[in-house]
Amino acid sequence: MTVEIKTIDFEPKRQTFGHVARRIGEGKPATRYQEAVLDVQATANFHYKPLWEPEFWQYDEGKTKVVMEDWYKPLDPRQFYYATYNISRANMNQSNERNFTFVEDKGLLEKLPQETKDVLINRLIPVRHLHWGANMNMSEICQRGYGTAVTSPCIFSAGDHLGMAQIIGRIGLELDGQTGDGLETAKTAWMNDASWQGIRKLIEDTLVLKDWFELFVAQTLGVNAIVFDYIYNGQDDAFGAASLPISMLTEFVSDWSKDEVKWSDNVIKVVAAESAGNKATVSEWAKKWIAAAQDALTPFAGADAAKAQADKVRDKAKKLGLEI
Amino acid sequence: MAVKKMGLKQKYAHLTRGLDWETSYQKMDDVFPYDQFEGIKITDWSKWEDPFRLTMDAYWKFQAEKERKLYAVIDAFAQNNGQLNVSDARYINVLKLFLTGVSPLEYQAHRGFAFTGRHMRGVGPRIAAQMQSLDELRHFQTQAHTISHYNKFFDGIAEFQHMHDRVWYLSVPKSFFDDARAAGPFEFMIAIGFAFEYVLTNLLFVPFMSGAAYNGDMSTVTFGFSAQSDESRHMTLGIEVIKFLLEQHPDNLPIVQKWVDKWFWRGFKVLGLVAMMMDYMLPKKVMSWKEAWEIYFTEAGGSLFTDLERYGLKVPKYADVATEMAEHISHQNWAVFYQYTHAAAFHTWTPDKEHLDWLSEKYPNTFDKYYRPRWEMWAKMDEEGKRFYNMALPQLCQTCQIPMAYTEPGDPTQIAFRCTEWNGEMYHFCSDGCKDIFDDEPEKYAQSWLPVHQIFQGNCGGPTVPDVLNWYRLNVGADNMDYVGSPDEQVWNSWKGKAPAEAAE
Ligand SMILES: [Fe+2]
Ligand SMILES: [Fe+2]
Repeated sequence: MTVEIKTIDFEPKRQTFGHVARRIGEGKPATRYQEAVLDVQATANFHYKPLWEPEFWQYDEGKTKVVMEDWYKPLDPRQFYYATYNISRANMNQSNERNFTFVEDKGLLEKLPQETKDVLINRLIPVRHLHWGANMNMSEICQRGYGTAVTSPCIFSAGDHLGMAQIIGRIGLELDGQTGDGLETAKTAWMNDASWQGIRKLIEDTLVLKDWFELFVAQTLGVNAIVFDYIYNGQDDAFGAASLPISMLTEFVSDWSKDEVKWSDNVIKVVAAESAGNKATVSEWAKKWIAAAQDALTPFAGADAAKAQADKVRDKAKKLGLEI
Repeated sequence: MAVKKMGLKQKYAHLTRGLDWETSYQKMDDVFPYDQFEGIKITDWSKWEDPFRLTMDAYWKFQAEKERKLYAVIDAFAQNNGQLNVSDARYINVLKLFLTGVSPLEYQAHRGFAFTGRHMRGVGPRIAAQMQSLDELRHFQTQAHTISHYNKFFDGIAEFQHMHDRVWYLSVPKSFFDDARAAGPFEFMIAIGFAFEYVLTNLLFVPFMSGAAYNGDMSTVTFGFSAQSDESRHMTLGIEVIKFLLEQHPDNLPIVQKWVDKWFWRGFKVLGLVAMMMDYMLPKKVMSWKEAWEIYFTEAGGSLFTDLERYGLKVPKYADVATEMAEHISHQNWAVFYQYTHAAAFHTWTPDKEHLDWLSEKYPNTFDKYYRPRWEMWAKMDEEGKRFYNMALPQLCQTCQIPMAYTEPGDPTQIAFRCTEWNGEMYHFCSDGCKDIFDDEPEKYAQSWLPVHQIFQGNCGGPTVPDVLNWYRLNVGADNMDYVGSPDEQVWNSWKGKAPAEAAE
């Protein structure tokens, strides 16, 4: 004998929203990423030209020189929407937090000789200002860009840079005995030391870019791939005994950069592959900003290291379909 | 060595304020090109008091925790077909109004706060604005995910994105937010951060969430609770912005006062949709619009503006008119949608006897005199098979874009009508408030994408009503018309009727 429980018939009339169904096919269930991102930004019938930039609508494809038939092609391979982004970052930070506890308990930074602390204050701590500039750039791309597929990961990235700037700030406070003096010294280095001036000029030059996709290329292939990468991964010798605790305390940064690059590389690849015109434009920008980042890094890292770092990125850019 | 630990406030300052620098390879005015033209004078950004001190790691931790809980509820709701527990399927129309009219504004807020989070010169307000930008993205996305389940069973939800950019009544909230997005960064902060989030949020967010609670919509109410701590951060940011601007320079006062007046009136007009929702659309009523207005504007707003008096700021212009309108606005709005039900993407109905009695009780000064007779007449016409439809396209207010259906202050029998000639053309308004806004910035408001004008100009799919509805992607016979006889009603009755009958077999 079988027991049959009668239930009410809940036959859905549709699986998802119309704009999502038109992209993924009628009758298919949508993912949370798709419902959170696809076609979310308004595209038509805007009411007023912005007082601050009357040549464009607030959402306007004309704000970059590259042209996409559909700005929902460059999707996020991580499929981040707000919930998954925050959960991912909370998890990453939790393990970084454990490392802070460990390093603090063992006094791994405190015990360092003053010369090593000075190296860190002069060659690592100022990078928090670079993160702050990067935060500004990613917020800018979020507000100026076109299509939620590209713009929503940018506000996530802006949040990441703020978080990383604060991780570096905390390392600075560990080094200076929680007085803030080390942060002041690091800021002076950022403002005045010859070694940082190329980098500061580079980021300031990006802060005034108007074409948001050029800014995207400058930030990801120039600032991220060349400068940040060198600062975090190219200084083991200079950091000496500090390099282990520093790599523990910046575990978040290395997790982040692996994560970010999956997305940002894909955006560049897809946009460049759209047309010969895009390919030429993006290649031009990549060439220009890789060269600028190499120049910027030279006083900090020396000509050879800067060139090696930039060449690595030139190779990567070629793999993304650019002509360098 | 004993280390003097710094306080939390000082530590937060090091981790945030210390980050920015005076650029020298590029001019600061080129890095921040938009924060001068509005005439706001900031003499010292460092005087900014952080309204909440949240480092990014704490932000991720709190928000991730809330999201885990919220999505657990959303999943369980879908799994258990929680829609069965709402008071009545008429309630779903509230969600339709919310998703088509309000959720896209959350998204606009996300992009707008990304703009101010980049372009205000002070690092403190910038960080607070960026966090709000993240929060607003959250609100849009969690609302879409929450209502997604209802979309599977009910009509009028699926095309919310398409409709928001096109449908006549949705141009009211859309133009409101486009207006704020088109303004400079300081006006945006006053418009959205202060006027909307601080002064009016209890009249928008709270009624929808309380409505959900009263009507058994557990997933929306869970979203509401989950967003509460975001909202309180947004409110403290809004109040800090206005105080900061007023403290920075006396020349800011007239500019800020003008914005407060304007955005109060703009917001009040959009809230007419909420008024109608509270008085007519909720099967289980929370309170009347008039009561909500008294509690949240007259009382709470009153003490807010008393508090702001020391800065010289006055209660918004026409607040008295808005208060008088609280007696009328919901009745006049629902009447508009009732007449144009064929062109609306949610269902309408005439209030039944019990509902009419409730309205009579809540609106003793106006309902029996002006509105009850009309509803009784329309119900009777409907019974006789002569349901009333208005097939003429209405004239819209150039500023708020609402059909000209509101009455004169002091005379509820007379439709209010204002106009201005500008640049050789005549522009029409529903009120003095809307006319003043136009007169102050005619170049801006002359641009309005007015749905009815656009239809006449042939930009909306064609000249006939079916052409336009088709262009809206409005599914005729399902999304529009009265609730009674709709597919929504049918599916609801099949669930409600069949369940006990089958169990008894
Ligand atoms: Fe919100
Ligand atoms: Fe109006």
